[in-house]
Amino acid sequence: MFELIAFYTFSILVIGMFGIVVFSKNALYSMTALAGGMIFISGFYFLLGADFLGVVQIVVYTGAVMAVYAFGMMFFDTTRDIKENIKFKKIIYTLSLLSAMFIIFILLAPVYSFRVEALYPTIKGVGNIQMIGLILFTKYLVPFELAAIMLLAAMIAGIVLVKVKMEETPSNIEVAKGEK
Amino acid sequence: MNETALIIETVIKAVIGLAVIAGMGAFATFIERKVLAFMQRRLGPMHVGPYGLLQLAADGIKLFTKEDIIPQNVVKPIFILAPVVGVTSAFVAIAAVPYFPQFTLFGYTIHPIISDINVGLLFVMGAASVGMYGPLLAGLSSHNKWALLGGARAVIQLLSFEVVSGLSILAPLMMIGSLSLIDINDFQIGGITNWLVWKQPLAFVLFAIAGFAETNRTPFDLIEFEAEIVSGYATEYSGMRWGLFFVGEYANMITISALVSIIFMGGYNPLWIIPGAIMMLLKVSFWIFLFLWVRAAWPHVRPDQLMWVCWKVLMPLALINILITGIVLV
Repeated sequence: MFELIAFYTFSILVIGMFGIVVFSKNALYSMTALAGGMIFISGFYFLLGADFLGVVQIVVYTGAVMAVYAFGMMFFDTTRDIKENIKFKKIIYTLSLLSAMFIIFILLAPVYSFRVEALYPTIKGVGNIQMIGLILFTKYLVPFELAAIMLLAAMIAGIVLVKVKMEETPSNIEVAKGEK
Repeated sequence: MNETALIIETVIKAVIGLAVIAGMGAFATFIERKVLAFMQRRLGPMHVGPYGLLQLAADGIKLFTKEDIIPQNVVKPIFILAPVVGVTSAFVAIAAVPYFPQFTLFGYTIHPIISDINVGLLFVMGAASVGMYGPLLAGLSSHNKWALLGGARAVIQLLSFEVVSGLSILAPLMMIGSLSLIDINDFQIGGITNWLVWKQPLAFVLFAIAGFAETNRTPFDLIEFEAEIVSGYATEYSGMRWGLFFVGEYANMITISALVSIIFMGGYNPLWIIPGAIMMLLKVSFWIFLFLWVRAAWPHVRPDQLMWVCWKVLMPLALINILITGIVLV
């Protein structure tokens, strides 16, 4: 019973939060609702007994949405509403509604017809982390390593892009200006 | 029926935990003023009650009865939400921290932990880092340049310490093989020589430094540094809303102290003739004292110095530590 109450509470919260993300005109509301929604999603993982994934959801999205905030801070006056430049409201709403329904249909059709079952059902007595580790390092080893290489490449690219200005700490810049 | 009993037990534990930690946090503010005064050859609060002990009550009355000011151009819902986020995440984090060994009361065994999930440590770290949203939201919604600067500093602070704290505890976790704080505690049973601090001194130092950054304590309290940005994110706050931020900060300090004690300093295992619960209290008190001591003894760092030290010094050290631990374990 409590599980059901928790599920519906989290569902309403998550849907409400992401609703605010889409419909709000204030960047600050949207970003805060995004962070809230991401954290509330972890509730579902906890309900399903996937503690590790739930915590990872919180940890990863705290940092990720924090970076979005940093951009929001640089690009917008977050205390003011943003003027949206939408010319063809009806077409946009119809198309987005249709595409949303289409995606829901695509995702739900196999669930409805096959009664999907878990490929790797949880085993009692084996921890979350051990099970994820077993699957990641046996069946999904190649995609896992590929993802690691991709992230490494992205990191090196990021460092190379900003490397030019890396040695210019504020004090160095002032010294350079003084010399001129 | 069993489920209902579990819910009731959890609720009781949560209420007790909340009350005790909030009380300890309030008391820590008094201790902080006394310790700082002692180190600076002052007396500190002396007028209210014996040795100024009732200053605590006076401060509480002041905070609760102050007029609640919400400035004109703020984003009101977010402005109200920000202190609540800060304090809630600090208290959610304590849900997975075991403070004492289990004991029996009226023939009923009590585990003094609100929820023993098997990834306890990660949960505590994650929930505590959500706490940085408090200053960030306050800074962004305040419509004040000092507050905005404080919020910007909160972002770089999170992005700096998160990496160090995560990587530094990875090495001890590799030795223990579990993320549950109870397992981590049980790994160190049997005397001082079994404490992890002797096997992982580097990780211990790194985690302590990251802990200081996480709780915005002095060498890294750049998001509310008076001399540079007035009061940072809290510039526009007054009364109890301002108080909530500080209850959250002190709750975070207690959590970090408990984490360091459990991971590196033997946790709640009894030592010699001192029972485990007392040991835990002593260690947490020592860490709180250390937080205050550092505040009295060290100057602040600049934001760019914090990023420099975290990414260029501490992170490589943590990685080397993990590498060496891995080689030794294999």
